[in-house]
Amino acid sequence: MFSGFMVNAWEVSSIVAVVAGLVGFFVVLRGSAFVAHAVPNGSFAGAVGATLVGVNTLIGLGVFSLFGALGIGFLGRRGRHDVVTALALVMMLGLGALFLNFSAEYAPEVESLLFGEVLGISSNQVAPTAALALVCVAAIAALYRPLMLSSVLAEVGEARGVSGFRMELCFLAVVALASTMTVPVVGTLLIFSLMIGAPAAARSLTSRPLAAMALSVVIALITVWSAIAASYETNYPVGFFVGSISAGAYALGRGWAAWRRTRANRDAGSSAPRLGHTVDAASTIVT
Amino acid sequence: MSAGAVGALLAPVIEPGFFAAEDVRVAIAVGAVVAIVSGTVGVFTVIRGQSFAGEAFGDLNTTGGAGAFLVGVSPLWGFVAAGVAAAAAMELIGIQRPRGRDLATGIVLGAGLGLAALLLYLGTTLHNTTGATVTILFGSVFTVPSSTIPLVVLLGVAVLAIVAALYRPLLLSSVSAEMAAARGIPVRLLGAAYLLALALAVALAALTIGSILSTALLVGPAATALRLTRRPGVAIVLAGAIGIAAMWLGELLAYDSSHWPPVGIGWPVSFFVVTLIFLAYLLSGTPDQVRRRTQRGA
Amino acid sequence: MDGAAEILSVEGVSVRLSGREILHEVSFSIRPGEFTGLIGSNGAGKTTLLRVILGLQAAHAGRVLLDGRPRSHRNPLIGYVPQKFLLDSDMPLRARDLVGLGLDAHRLGIPLPSRARRARIDLMLQAVDAERFADARVGLLSGGEQQRVLIAHALIARPKLLLLDEPLANLDLRAGQEGVALLARIAAEQQIAVLISAHEMNALLPAMDRIVYIAGGRAASGTTAEVVRADVLSELYGSHVDVLNVHGRVLVVAGAGDSSDLHGHEAALPGMEIVS
Repeated sequence: MFSGFMVNAWEVSSIVAVVAGLVGFFVVLRGSAFVAHAVPNGSFAGAVGATLVGVNTLIGLGVFSLFGALGIGFLGRRGRHDVVTALALVMMLGLGALFLNFSAEYAPEVESLLFGEVLGISSNQVAPTAALALVCVAAIAALYRPLMLSSVLAEVGEARGVSGFRMELCFLAVVALASTMTVPVVGTLLIFSLMIGAPAAARSLTSRPLAAMALSVVIALITVWSAIAASYETNYPVGFFVGSISAGAYALGRGWAAWRRTRANRDAGSSAPRLGHTVDAASTIVT
Repeated sequence: MSAGAVGALLAPVIEPGFFAAEDVRVAIAVGAVVAIVSGTVGVFTVIRGQSFAGEAFGDLNTTGGAGAFLVGVSPLWGFVAAGVAAAAAMELIGIQRPRGRDLATGIVLGAGLGLAALLLYLGTTLHNTTGATVTILFGSVFTVPSSTIPLVVLLGVAVLAIVAALYRPLLLSSVSAEMAAARGIPVRLLGAAYLLALALAVALAALTIGSILSTALLVGPAATALRLTRRPGVAIVLAGAIGIAAMWLGELLAYDSSHWPPVGIGWPVSFFVVTLIFLAYLLSGTPDQVRRRTQRGA
Repeated sequence: MDGAAEILSVEGVSVRLSGREILHEVSFSIRPGEFTGLIGSNGAGKTTLLRVILGLQAAHAGRVLLDGRPRSHRNPLIGYVPQKFLLDSDMPLRARDLVGLGLDAHRLGIPLPSRARRARIDLMLQAVDAERFADARVGLLSGGEQQRVLIAHALIARPKLLLLDEPLANLDLRAGQEGVALLARIAAEQQIAVLISAHEMNALLPAMDRIVYIAGGRAASGTTAEVVRADVLSELYGSHVDVLNVHGRVLVVAGAGDSSDLHGHEAALPGMEIVS
């Protein structure tokens, strides 16, 4: 399992897991699960278009990821976020259907683009993946502070001069980049599983932000490694294991949080934690 | 002007014989039904901010379809089963606030798609066919056999019946869960019923027009309508109208496109319909932008 | 009044929203260490005014001076505690992490842990009585506790002006009283000007040096004795109001006649705005 072409699979998937863990931390923090699904999915159209035009699929993926992500950012200024994400996604998929229409013999490759071909990674894909990953990690490290503030206390950030819109665009660009480099490995349909399952579990297990990021990476690594090993043994697709293990990690995280909450309630007696407040008090006519 | 002259004028747009073809008539009827059902459920979806759930159900139909394919059952049962299972899973996870809810949707979707990968793999190894994925994801309204029309109508009526029966409490709990709870409305139960209606609506759409269009028809016209009016009842009617317009115009253009370059292939319906829906949404934002710009100048 | 000593000077600010003039030529100033209450009913324009001061909302007339200079993009001088904020219960952020963000979140990069940094955060947590839950998840704290953390977050950057939007709205009576006392203490000890908006002035009366009262889109400012009077308020409201003093508490009541002239008193239903 650890020799020959499998080495590439281990190397590339580890790189993917690191990026997914780091970027996913902010995806979950910002409640952007839909975006993390829409951008890779929509970029599929770019890959098809690239083969039509005769260009490297990675470029097609990159262009469509970026356009989709930034499109969501700009449209999201005026419209509801989830609506805009859905419409951007279907628009890209519509283009994908158009391109597919013209390239009749694409069908078998579609499946690998959708579900990934981890075990078929060639050694010349390792270096470019690593390079893109480095850019992603550097971007996340640089954006960490202002992105944290903007994600947690948007208004306060604005008042401090941290533009929420600019942070959103930067974040979306990083998601696009992460999507571009990971889709060839894990496929468009399942990369987002990695980006949400591991961080969701990590944040339940620790309350320190940097520790949560690190733990997110660790859980993502465990997820891909187990998935690859299982896929190698059973011949079942890697994506199946990624999806299931991510769901399992999420469930464990929630279970742990619930158990800790009941224990805290029992210890503290009747302290009832309030979950933030968003309701305005009713106005009074008499002051 | 004589009828012949009018026909000649319209010929570039409406191909002679368009309405004569049977599959076109089926497409028109089915498209209308799906647009109405999607638009109605879509208005609630947009108000509740559950577009992701709608899209997830669409993708999970792939799982349902793959499973049905494997077992040898009609895809519709697969879609419905997948939808109900997913709705149940999302309900069990049971998070009410939007961020956590989208996360739960994503997890269920991820697990479901992983399962789809497995089922498709088993399907291809057992049945030795490829291309199933493409058909399921990008199904075409022109290939719906007319024998399914009664089923389509039945399913559509079922969804509309659920919505009609729960209309008022569902609307209130969608706009403000707190107010609804204060009035004793079972918010959680209504949420589950809504998810069920959504799953069925998407199954219906996926069967007939494919997953891409099911999401587009669900979210686009409703969002456009809600930008144009505040009244939910009006929005539902408007959403249905926009959806029907997009479907019919899209079908028309797709039919015509077999004469466009590259000749003989024709462009897919989904592309036209999605583009029209997208444009409609963008245009519906313009009056707001114009108003904002004139205000700033004032 | 000596202009240079004022930390905040609002001069003739008018704001128009959706075609309606919300605020008309509002003027007042605040000096360092002063505790000012911005009083007005819901919808009167308090949040709008605060947003203008923060630079989040444009005024179509008038200007805002901070420490004698016109407002610039970033506000290191102003600390802000918003009315609405949502901290998820599973957010991986402790109280001390949130306070730490107040130090340097506008700078790129990852904060390097240092003893000096930790000491400053501890000091701030002490100042707001939050050491007890410094290591707890912010999302699990009570409303009042979260607010104290946000105050510490705002204060750690050493602002000269602290703005709080309706901090008392969601607190029970005792938590509210403790909060006001805390802020008054901070204002006095650290010579920080504090501007608090509220729709009910009685909780602030013990601590307020000055009051800015907003009604009918216009404002009257001065000491409570100067402003909270029947004649001043009647002019603001545009109809007769009475001011009653009951055991040290103030009641502003619509006078004989109809109360429909009182502006901005319609009860707003939460969340009825459907945006797509």
